[in-house]
Amino acid sequence: MRGGGFGLVLQLVVLLGVVVLVVGIAHNVAANLARLGIKTGFWFLSRPAGFDVSQTLIPYGDDSTYFTVFVVALLNTLLVSLLSITVGTLLGFVLALSRSSSNGLVAATGSLYVETFRNIPLLIQLLFWYFAVVQALPAPGASFHIANLIFLNDRGLFIPSIQFGRSLGPMFGAFAAGVVLFAFMVAKGKRRWAVLPLIALPLAVGVFYRADIAWSIPQFKGFNFHGGIAMLPELLALTIGLSIYSAAFIAEIIRGGIQAVSRGQTDAAMSLGLTRWQTSRLIVIPLALRVIVPPLGAYYVVVLKNSSLGTAIAYPDLILVFAGTVLNQTAQPIEVMTMTLLTYLALGYVFSFATSVVNRQVRQ
Amino acid sequence: MSKSSLRAGALAVCAMAALFTLVAAASAGTLEDVKARGVLRCGVAPNSPGFASKDAQGNYRGFDVDFCHAIAAAVLGDAKKIELLPLGLRDGFTTLASGGVDVLTHRFTWTFNRDNGTGIQTVIVMFYDGQGFIVHKSANLKSVKDLNGATICVAQGTTTELNIADYFRSHKLSYKLATFADLDEARNAYEAGRCDSWSNDRGSLAARSQAFKNRADHMMLPETISKEPIGPMVRVGDDAWFHVIRWSAAAVIAAEELGVTSANVDEMRQPSSSPEIKRLLGVGDDLGQKLGLSADWAYNIIKQVGNYGEIFERNVGEKTPLQLPRGLNALWTEGGLLQAPPFR
Repeated sequence: MRGGGFGLVLQLVVLLGVVVLVVGIAHNVAANLARLGIKTGFWFLSRPAGFDVSQTLIPYGDDSTYFTVFVVALLNTLLVSLLSITVGTLLGFVLALSRSSSNGLVAATGSLYVETFRNIPLLIQLLFWYFAVVQALPAPGASFHIANLIFLNDRGLFIPSIQFGRSLGPMFGAFAAGVVLFAFMVAKGKRRWAVLPLIALPLAVGVFYRADIAWSIPQFKGFNFHGGIAMLPELLALTIGLSIYSAAFIAEIIRGGIQAVSRGQTDAAMSLGLTRWQTSRLIVIPLALRVIVPPLGAYYVVVLKNSSLGTAIAYPDLILVFAGTVLNQTAQPIEVMTMTLLTYLALGYVFSFATSVVNRQVRQ
Repeated sequence: MSKSSLRAGALAVCAMAALFTLVAAASAGTLEDVKARGVLRCGVAPNSPGFASKDAQGNYRGFDVDFCHAIAAAVLGDAKKIELLPLGLRDGFTTLASGGVDVLTHRFTWTFNRDNGTGIQTVIVMFYDGQGFIVHKSANLKSVKDLNGATICVAQGTTTELNIADYFRSHKLSYKLATFADLDEARNAYEAGRCDSWSNDRGSLAARSQAFKNRADHMMLPETISKEPIGPMVRVGDDAWFHVIRWSAAAVIAAEELGVTSANVDEMRQPSSSPEIKRLLGVGDDLGQKLGLSADWAYNIIKQVGNYGEIFERNVGEKTPLQLPRGLNALWTEGGLLQAPPFR
């Protein structure tokens, strides 16, 4: 190894070995597929799927293709990941503060939370939330409810939604214009009035189209609730379980970041006459963020990957719907598994890339 | 060259050799493989009482298990020489295609898409089933049409998923689906109240509803919304093995047509029996030879396992907890669909 020549030879041999291995595997797969008469290729993606998925964020019907199913499943994976990341980060932030608190009881509660939820396998927690909690909720006819507007039962969580009707397009335009104006005014230094167009424009559109805008309130009719936004029990259990589990790790990442800011920095700030709040905002948080962002971004990728455990509680994600149903209905395991694998890989890279962009901002 | 580079090179060569042996090993015929191994490997449905499940003594029993026994009796002369591999919905086809089992005696329906381009094929129909719906009795439902707007629990990757979509759309009914990774999970979720109905092949519903806490609280709706011909599956490209499976199935059915049972097969095996019985049992003629089997292959099946009627009644018939009527699975002479091709 010490001599440059030996090192080069070694590297070449290993490289050759890897190439031979890959070629060998590919040859073996091709030979076996040909022997068994298995049709390969991605042509199946354009064929109609013919089965339904319990949660679809985009229009989905009986002529939808396997590719549409792939997109549906991908969006479901992203939905639960983003929900869990948001809730988990907020919860983790609160926990980090409570663990750093000088109040003994608050700090102990934070520690108990972190030590409990971090040390129980996620799968067991998910099964608990789904089978012991969500499935034990009452039937739709006897739902828990808040003022007959929000309902919770064993078919899910049902909340009212706003139906924009004809005003959807103008409303979207007004909101977009509001955002542009907001950015423009912030750039011009008129911070105080910047929020105004963001609120006023959509409000004006809302008043103009008031006849078309309506609340959709969930109503129990026949077997299920209709109207409003429905959150499936599987999504509910997975979001709760994944958020609570992730919060324990995120709390530790944030707490580690805060503790990494040396005592001298805070003392120096205080001695300059800065208040506690100013010290946090101007000194501690910017310094802590430098430590927090890289591991936090890496953990978000872990949350994304952990969401695939939702398949155990019937959440219609990439694994259950695409690597499960589609694989079985099409009998194309190699293509389906390759696509699933590459999708997770690509999503992981996108998350990592976003993290490094944020990290660069933080370091400036 | 250093020691470690030598080792890396050696490793690569070994890996290469191993890969190419894999291709070579799979090329012998399944019949020869099974004979050489001395044991038949069958893939069965996991935990499906009446079709394939463990009894109190830990022995696998059931309709599908008995058919595996029948093939072992024909090929190896001993029905006990089997090895069962319970396979889920996801891994069933892949395990067969990659050689993990010799035959699937499972609950898989014979369909076009499973028969073409997948590397596997269905041999013959051994069980005619159809999709049914189980509902809570308290919901007071009379027909599948009453399920408009209902939530239905199903297992993924099944024909069930596809049939429901077709049926509800063509009848202009709306529904919500809750799809689970396996059949027992779908049942448990339905029982817990996640769904208004639980759907699968009627045979499987009867089998898996044995696990309900209170079976009297549930009922089957009258409609059957699909046809589900179920039978053994093998890899494509091995005709000798295909014929062994097909004619083992035919022998089981023919034995019932001819009135040969495990109890009377010894008396039937004599020169005064009818010519067709003699051909089947290898008296004076040797049909087994053409299959690459012994002359008494069919005799072994019937003696050790029984005819179709015996297998059916013993595992899923009226006197079992499943209480399935023969229905379409009666002989063609008795209003059913079962018919063995002639043994001549």
